[in-house]
Amino acid sequence: MKSHINARNVIVALVALGLTLLPAYSALTGNIFILTLFTRIVIFALAAASLNLIMGYGGMMSFGHAAYLGIGGYAVGILAHEGIGSGFIQWPVALALSALYALVIGALSLRTRGVYFIMITLAFAQMAYYIASGLSRYGGDDGLTIYKRSTFGGLIDLSNRVQFYYLCLACLFGGVYLIWRIINSRFGMVVQGVRSNEQRMQAIGFHANRYRLVCFVISGTICGLAGALLANNTDFISPAGMYWTRSGELMVMVVFGGMGSLFGPVLGTIVFLLLEEVLSQFTEYWALIMGPLLLLIVLFARGGIMGLLGRLSRG
Amino acid sequence: MLVLVEQSLNGLQFGLLLFLLAAGLTLVFGIMDFVNLAHGSLYMMGAYFAATFVAWTNSFVLGILMALGATLLLGIALEFIALRHLYGRDHLDQVLATFGLILFFNDAVRLIWGPAGLSLPLPAWLTVPVQIVPGVFYPAYRLSIIVVALAVAALLYIVVMRTRIGMLIRAGASNREMIGALGINIKLLFTLVFGLGAALAGLAGLMQAPILTVQIGMGENILILAFVIIVIGGIGSIRGAFMAAIFVGMIDTLGRAFLPDLLRTVLSSAAASTAAPALSSMLIYLLMAIVLVVRPEGLFPAAKR
Repeated sequence: MKSHINARNVIVALVALGLTLLPAYSALTGNIFILTLFTRIVIFALAAASLNLIMGYGGMMSFGHAAYLGIGGYAVGILAHEGIGSGFIQWPVALALSALYALVIGALSLRTRGVYFIMITLAFAQMAYYIASGLSRYGGDDGLTIYKRSTFGGLIDLSNRVQFYYLCLACLFGGVYLIWRIINSRFGMVVQGVRSNEQRMQAIGFHANRYRLVCFVISGTICGLAGALLANNTDFISPAGMYWTRSGELMVMVVFGGMGSLFGPVLGTIVFLLLEEVLSQFTEYWALIMGPLLLLIVLFARGGIMGLLGRLSRG
Repeated sequence: MLVLVEQSLNGLQFGLLLFLLAAGLTLVFGIMDFVNLAHGSLYMMGAYFAATFVAWTNSFVLGILMALGATLLLGIALEFIALRHLYGRDHLDQVLATFGLILFFNDAVRLIWGPAGLSLPLPAWLTVPVQIVPGVFYPAYRLSIIVVALAVAALLYIVVMRTRIGMLIRAGASNREMIGALGINIKLLFTLVFGLGAALAGLAGLMQAPILTVQIGMGENILILAFVIIVIGGIGSIRGAFMAAIFVGMIDTLGRAFLPDLLRTVLSSAAASTAAPALSSMLIYLLMAIVLVVRPEGLFPAAKR
């Protein structure tokens, strides 16, 4: 049996431990900023992990994942605006709407392949973006301020930084665990089989598109949860958060970390957002460095961080 | 009726502009199988170059000619330094790498020209309205965009269909390895095609510049429109791109012009004025979704592979 102690697993364990202990560090040093930053990172990591499920394991390159962030967020924002503040209503609605949207656009998009699939998911996300811009009752282009975070009947207080952080972290770990269970289940094996060789899977009797669609819906639903968390984190939701560049950033996070590795997107998100943060403190023009860096990573570091760590542990 | 004529001309003008952008994209995509998100950045650079050079030279014509040359050179440099290493990689890699280039270009422009937009003033001889049919006046500048774009489209058609270079381009689109094996310098051809595409994008950007403000991110929205067009038209097909561009330009312009009034008959005035632009923007994506579902290869697919 292969040893499980290698560079990759050690680093993953250390990162998970670090994320868990972060609030303690923040309390000890009085550094509140780092907790705020990492709350955002953890939420985006969940979104990236959900995208990785279809990109890395399902071979479906969705260029429209920002739409779920928006749908989940708008579900929370609109219900809060209409006076329904309970998370027990808001969150299931956010998840259900994301799942429904994924079901509809998935059923249509999965008729296409390759670059056409990238483009059609992008087109649907842009449609969602314009729908959000047209919601004049809920701020239209300017967005909607959420005056009160979701309430959970006193169970957990989302306005408390530490409690909210742990809620987000629990969602992230729960999401990654769920994805791990999925990819190792019979269902997940079929989905990965379809990615490698669709014709062969069809020939031995699997209805490839049905498996793909279910996987697509699961991914969208998880990302919708990230959207609900994100809206609570920023207390604000606007169409700008669902613009296509956001979908691009999510893809970057996944590829940074290593597509098709369970924990890769989490590492990718941490690195991407930390890099953005550090560079933007160093210079206003952080994208001037980030852009070419991205190009170099695509050119020379295939498999992202996880791939790099994998090569380290083998070497 | 007059409004309809004017708006249809606006739609045609916008459609032709979109065609210039989409033509470069579809050439690069069809021949090199390369997804270039940075095409919108070249469009933006064309507009910025034009605004700068026109201000420098004090001559509109000289300025835009220089801008055209500058975009062409920029495109060739970009291909030579970075993009040629991405041919043959999968589309996802190309999307990500060129996404990085968008980030780079946006911040580079912010660094060089500052965050505020620029404007490109028109010379006096282009601002006079022209009487196109008795009683109907149309701005000379928009009319000249239509003329220039149609001329470029015709030229492009002749180059691609009637010249040796065009023959090589078409051959490259249908079988890259084969024309390489026949002794054609495929790398040079690719650089040339990419430069041509960049110049077309730059031309679209600089022609649009006097109508809209020249600003950061101007290429992003229109890039997605150009992608919609080449997907509707069929990737790699110039004819398809032309048809789809006119179609999309018309829908977009007419939708913006007439949807608010149409919606006002069923909605309150305030609701209609926010819903209408959103709805007319959506129409295009809806169209693309329908086309992809019904004909996944686009309306005018290029030669079968």
